[in-house]
Amino acid sequence: MSYLIKEKISGWGGYPTEIVNINYPNNIQEIINEIKKGNTIARGNGRAYGDSAQNKDKTINMKNFNKILSFDKNSGILEVEAGVILEDIINTFLPKGWFPYVTPGSKFVTVGGLICADVHGKNHHKEGSFRNYVEWIDIINAHGDILRCSRKENEELFEWTIGGMGLTGIIIRAAIKLRSIETSWIKEKTYIANNLDEILDIFEKTKSSTYSVAWLNANKRKNNKYQSLIMTGEHALINELDHSKRLNPLKLIKRKGIKIPFYFPNWFLNILLVRIFNLIYYFLNKNSRKEKLKYWNNYFYPLDNILEWNKIYGKKGFVQYQCVIPLQKSKIGLEEILDEIQKSKADSYLTTLKRFGKQDGNFSFPMEGYTIAFDFPTNKKVFDLLDKLDKITLKFGGRFYLAKDARMKKNTFKDSDERIKNFIEFRNKNNSFNKFKSSQSLRLEL
Amino acid sequence: MKRKSILIVGSLSDIAKSVANKFAEHNYDLLLTARNLENLKLQANDLKSKYNVNVDYYKLDILNIDDHQKLISNLSVIPDIVLCAVGFMGDQKDSENKQISRSEVIRTNFEGPVHLMSEFANLFEKRESGTIIGISSVAGIRGKKSNYIYGSAKSGLTTFLSGLRNRLYEKNVNVITVLPGTVYTKMTLNLKLPKLISSYPDKIAQDIFNGVKSEKNVVYTLAIWKYIMKIINLIPESIFKKTNL
Repeated sequence: MSYLIKEKISGWGGYPTEIVNINYPNNIQEIINEIKKGNTIARGNGRAYGDSAQNKDKTINMKNFNKILSFDKNSGILEVEAGVILEDIINTFLPKGWFPYVTPGSKFVTVGGLICADVHGKNHHKEGSFRNYVEWIDIINAHGDILRCSRKENEELFEWTIGGMGLTGIIIRAAIKLRSIETSWIKEKTYIANNLDEILDIFEKTKSSTYSVAWLNANKRKNNKYQSLIMTGEHALINELDHSKRLNPLKLIKRKGIKIPFYFPNWFLNILLVRIFNLIYYFLNKNSRKEKLKYWNNYFYPLDNILEWNKIYGKKGFVQYQCVIPLQKSKIGLEEILDEIQKSKADSYLTTLKRFGKQDGNFSFPMEGYTIAFDFPTNKKVFDLLDKLDKITLKFGGRFYLAKDARMKKNTFKDSDERIKNFIEFRNKNNSFNKFKSSQSLRLEL
Repeated sequence: MKRKSILIVGSLSDIAKSVANKFAEHNYDLLLTARNLENLKLQANDLKSKYNVNVDYYKLDILNIDDHQKLISNLSVIPDIVLCAVGFMGDQKDSENKQISRSEVIRTNFEGPVHLMSEFANLFEKRESGTIIGISSVAGIRGKKSNYIYGSAKSGLTTFLSGLRNRLYEKNVNVITVLPGTVYTKMTLNLKLPKLISSYPDKIAQDIFNGVKSEKNVVYTLAIWKYIMKIINLIPESIFKKTNL
């Protein structure tokens, strides 16, 4: 038996918070029954930043579907239920020499969520987004039928589901391909850049690196100069480890993260602290210019070491902002965005920049160009700023990452992507338009 | 050295799922039983791929008492530990009004577990080793109007376990009574639990594992419940009957 209960939930950003009816089905039949009863959206581990996994009428929490189904060590293909958390996959398969091909900046995400947002990692420029490693998906559609979709069967559903924000049906199982690795270490190389030209230049020069990402101190700027570090990475091979590490090259350290026990007061993360934090980060890392070995967890998931770090922002939460600007216009677009932030005196706690490779898929976020992401504590001033940033992004032909959006206006969204009408057409065609809805899809009329 | 093994009865309950993970993490082979064979199979597969241990599973409805012997003869090994996680809260109003609901609560929380654990008690007594763990409830410590049918069945279970412990003490068999306070599980999803003194299945599993290691008799989890129940026990019945707990 599964209950419908009322719960106050939000995305990882803590904004917006809504009281929703939530249901925790225990088996597939219960999901089908719930779908037949009315409109809903599936929710994984709640790590999308905004309101993409909440529906006031009924949110279906997939936490009970968290089992690994099978693994083929010849092909590296792993079959799982949709609610399996990436951390469980890594803990299970890293010691056996396997790692996800594409990972976002947190390992506390579900496979269902990874597919719905078609997440990208630090390797998008070279290896594309999560979609490339999805073999098939089992999904329950608006009629309550379970369909297997892949590149060979129900291809249209497959294509719209990856990146479709859960609006095409409820994913219950999937098969994904893992990467074979020799060690659990990453060779990291750090480059220093002093302005946007240099940053983009280093990205273009290091395009052959598997992983690359830039950190930027958006708050401290003089004469168009930024403090910035670009970090590239490669999976270390066994002969690149020193003797002591070679004894256990696929070491798995299970560390308990530090837990933030309560919400910090809203004033805590103030301008001064943000600036100090970013300065410390810069000076700690700029001297480590030479190549070094980093443990996978520290390389991919530095923030996961502090559990519930979102509480540092206080109860009002924070908003992430991530957009992409097409390659030809990336430089002037990013320049204008950074200028606007500078003018508004808003402080971004964490600013990251990344080169995207070619656009792929029917509705996925990435396009060839540069993507930039900011974290801002939630307040009125920030919302005005974000509206301005939206306009700049549109002006240069860019678009927005729905997994991070919590506040975009529907017209902004409509103007950002001509593929939207095709998506809505498909939603109408497979009757999912009135069945699968999130607060985000209602807000954006998606 | 031969690996240790644990039989978990009712392995699909949230607490039992955590217990299974915890013991597998510590290299115990697992024997699992539940009513839903399909979900049981998924659980076994998942545990097998996560840990390098043997996982066997058996369909069992603990209310079919006749099946208990069959289960025991089918087991791949007589386990070192048996844990019974079967429990059913039911709806108090239904339990008051409908004989069938009342009976389901009493049988699931008391009759079924008592029969099954008695069988293992006899085997362990003969073998002169083993641990029997029953998951009871703090609800069984004092009857209150909000859940006294469930509470009294758990109370019976607690008394059974205490007697069994007394009987098997000389035979080197340890009996552990687990008394969880309020826990966030499927069973309590529709209840509003007091945040400060409620816990999660993973914490209960850790406490149970520690209890086995240190050969505890009674494991309150969270530990604070021991003191809460002591205080509740001090309230005279003449006052207690007027309360709204």
